Amino acid sequence: MSTTPQQPPIGKIEQKGIVDLLTKGRRIDERKLTDYRDLKIETGLVQKANGSAMVNLGKTKVMTGIKIELGKPFPDTPNQGVLAVNAELVPFASPSFEPGPPSEGAIELARVVDRGIRESKAIGLEALCVEPKKQVVIVFVDVYVLDHDGNLIDAAAISSLAALLTSKMNRYEMDGEEVRTSDELVPLPVQNEPVAVTTAKIDGHMILDPCLEEELVMSSRLTVTTGRDGSICAMQKGGLGTFTDQEIRQAVKTAIEKGKEIRETIRGAAAGR
Amino acid sequence: MNKPEVKLVDENGVRLDGRKLDELRPIKMDVGVLDKADGSAYIEHGKNRIIAAVYGPREAHPKHIALADRAVIKCRYHMAPFSVEERKSPAPSRRELELSKVIRESLETSIMSEVYPRTSIDIFIEILQSDGGSRCAGITAASLALADAGVPLKEIVAACAVCKIDGKIALDASDIEDKQGDADLPIAFMPKSGVITLLQMDGSLTEEEFNQALDMGIAACKKINEIQVEALKRKYISVKEQAEERHEPQEAKA
Repeated sequence: MSTTPQQPPIGKIEQKGIVDLLTKGRRIDERKLTDYRDLKIETGLVQKANGSAMVNLGKTKVMTGIKIELGKPFPDTPNQGVLAVNAELVPFASPSFEPGPPSEGAIELARVVDRGIRESKAIGLEALCVEPKKQVVIVFVDVYVLDHDGNLIDAAAISSLAALLTSKMNRYEMDGEEVRTSDELVPLPVQNEPVAVTTAKIDGHMILDPCLEEELVMSSRLTVTTGRDGSICAMQKGGLGTFTDQEIRQAVKTAIEKGKEIRETIRGAAAGR
Repeated sequence: MNKPEVKLVDENGVRLDGRKLDELRPIKMDVGVLDKADGSAYIEHGKNRIIAAVYGPREAHPKHIALADRAVIKCRYHMAPFSVEERKSPAPSRRELELSKVIRESLETSIMSEVYPRTSIDIFIEILQSDGGSRCAGITAASLALADAGVPLKEIVAACAVCKIDGKIALDASDIEDKQGDADLPIAFMPKSGVITLLQMDGSLTEEEFNQALDMGIAACKKINEIQVEALKRKYISVKEQAEERHEPQEAKA
């Protein structure tokens, strides 16, 4: 059952400070309204994973590890590999996170990242079928939130894409009835590069990449995930507030533009530049 | 996709169930269908069969979830095991947990929760039969149930999904259109204030297609809202008539 969360208190003065600055077109950390915080991407940190990426978006820190295994396909898609995205809000990442079964926030985070990857067809799932109905490749995307200073969705999507782009897997082939696993490593087939861009609405102002203080005073947020060709592949509105249709159209436009920039940064990091 | 895909729209722009691209499925709503709940509503939207019920404002349980300045809103979207082709486990899935959250957020906007501090308003949505767009029909019904419970609302929320089938933007996807379609865009909308309270999307849409779909969805929500208002009026008229019937014989005695 989903329940109205208890918001950690944010001082009325601080709240007023954020809104007053926005009215003047400024933000608490001197960014412009459509600026992202510094984005640092490091790949290949975990050698035992098939791919990994650590993302620092300002003080937000998210790591994603990719594990690739053989397993059974879903009955309704016998010729396709399986994509499974999970998100873990590690208890030390925020005083409001607790150990235990995944919260609805963690589930939403994982499902929004999942939709971006799945709907943009970022992973060629058809190419991951080894033996129809019996053996397919399963790609586990595990998002680890290590430090929560706002905008987890974008940071999680960026680290997932960077990890996927740098993932290597064994080559699997059928040898009669048996699956033969060769030691030769091949790159995971990645066909698209979905990038999530989240717009937060605070007192009528639309800003990108909200930090935690801004998230605590925002009325709502809208995540728009776009693919390589600039088409939209996933969206999610969150929060108790509302958007007018004009605001949504504007957020979509911004997300398409900003997505391009972020995609270039991720490509650079994945290529070791 | 082991089954062969069928053509969803023919060359005249007519869909499998005979609808035009911008046509809604048949919708029927009833308010006050349950006895015990403080408010309830039943909706048939295409093949969707959904009951929504509201309890509260009532004491918050457990107590620590209560908020000092407003009511907490609780929401559960749940599918019956028999509501889909293959039996669904009654345990809540990740999909149901996510939908419960976004539905709560979309309805919470419309509730004047500050009127009942330290209480809880509980919304239950049971999908008895699922067709395409069950979260939207669930929101439509739940908003009626809230009104039926007498919860003070800023406005009634109406919801509808838009889809892309065979490359065309179309309104209100049925089950097969939902499964085979290229995109799904559920929208919840408050017509008087003109604001969107739920928006999700998956699939693939260009910016132009999205803008077209958004317009189509908003127009549909306005139509659905009219049906909601009608259903509420019917309930009040029937209550009034019942009250009058009970009253008349007594007056005759006096």
